[in-house]
Amino acid sequence: MSGLLKSSIGRKFAMALSAFFLMFFLLQHFAINITSIFPDNGATFNKLSHFMGTNGLVQYVMQPILIFGVVFHFVMGFILEMKNNSARKVSYAKNNGAANSTWMSRNMIYSGAAILAFIVLHFIDFWFPEINTKFIQGDWSGLHDGEFRYFHELQHKFVSPLRVGAYVIAFVFLALHLLHGFNSAFQSVGANNKYTRGLKTFGKIYAIGIPAGFIIIALFHFFNH
Amino acid sequence: MSNMNLTLKIWRQKGANDKGKMVEYKVTDISEHMSFLEMMDVLNEQLVNTGEEPVAFDHDCREGICGMCSMYINGEAHGPDRGVTTCQLHMRMFNDGDTITIEPFRAAAFPVIKDLVVDRSSFERIQQAGGYISVNTSGNTTDANAILVPKENADKAMDAATCIGCGACVATCKNSSAMLFVGAKVSQYALLPQGQVEATERVKNMVAQMDLEGFGNCTNTGACEVECPKGISLENIARMNSEFLKASFKG
Repeated sequence: MSGLLKSSIGRKFAMALSAFFLMFFLLQHFAINITSIFPDNGATFNKLSHFMGTNGLVQYVMQPILIFGVVFHFVMGFILEMKNNSARKVSYAKNNGAANSTWMSRNMIYSGAAILAFIVLHFIDFWFPEINTKFIQGDWSGLHDGEFRYFHELQHKFVSPLRVGAYVIAFVFLALHLLHGFNSAFQSVGANNKYTRGLKTFGKIYAIGIPAGFIIIALFHFFNH
Repeated sequence: MSNMNLTLKIWRQKGANDKGKMVEYKVTDISEHMSFLEMMDVLNEQLVNTGEEPVAFDHDCREGICGMCSMYINGEAHGPDRGVTTCQLHMRMFNDGDTITIEPFRAAAFPVIKDLVVDRSSFERIQQAGGYISVNTSGNTTDANAILVPKENADKAMDAATCIGCGACVATCKNSSAMLFVGAKVSQYALLPQGQVEATERVKNMVAQMDLEGFGNCTNTGACEVECPKGISLENIARMNSEFLKASFKG
């Protein structure tokens, strides 16, 4: 067990584990967000948001794990990219990468960087204000003028066409990242059995479906505020 | 089809510590039936006749099984054809008037010795770290057929064992990772009962040596599998990963 993270396969395994966690988180995030387009004027969304925002397990256990997962995944991603670059000191005069691999697989660092930029915007939009309200001002009521604030805050963020545009572009990059990343993670942990083929199809559906869903949510609120 | 006239852009480098550069050459009247190495022979004969230093390149069997030839042709290891080594690449894959770029396999762990010749002894050291089984040969050896092996496993082990260690996987990989090679070498034993005895130490030692040699980290692009002249499958990397993780947790 010792020195696992020092080995190339160990790092790959750790990258995959953090990816699994992030993909599960994404699914959970999507499941809650999709309720915001339910025709109940945000009632379900408010209820779920309040639960997630005030539940001790979510706030004090899952949230720190999530933050660690995000930071670990991108720091490790950058470290691996740098190590891999130094594994070839002289680059090819002519390299035909498109002949043997997908664009997504060769550009994970760029799609990853785009997602990271999005996370910064997303944190400024939602997470920092949440942390400020709850942990600094100590207001755990989830209320604003006597009503749940979550749904209104969400609607308010999708008024600017610039921000909606940025969200849409970011989710396109997320889809590109997942199109390679989903199955790559399974390969990294050594999955190789009768489920592998089915998993590949599921991976494609997940990689396109989830980001497309987030785009639909953003556009829905943009056109219906 | 008539014979071809070609422009070649070839990496020339005098020695391991010299600075190399791409040099342009012309060859004429190349038959489509020639192999790529025969075309290189034509060029070298031309260079010798004009008093120039011929282009150094690795080759041995010229029938696709020794794993010596190693050129990066038009941006692909062993050129544009699939399932072949450079020696078995035919000139009919190219057209009259083409410019062909020829470079050595590039990786920090495969330093250039001269021109297109690279030092692949890092692969030998990985093999020596664990790519073997220990068999008593003192006269009381057991017939290998006495040990039952499921047909499917025997076939998969044989597929893995077809790796000729040419290094195309490393040359192709954007990360210069050697995981397809090591995956194949680990798999060919991991799939057989004879390989079980030393399985834990084998995978740990081979992976440790691979990392020590300065190969990059695999990001599962799958380019190696496509360019491999022997069609070694990515399954072997997945198997190595699970073997390594099992071995690491064991201690």
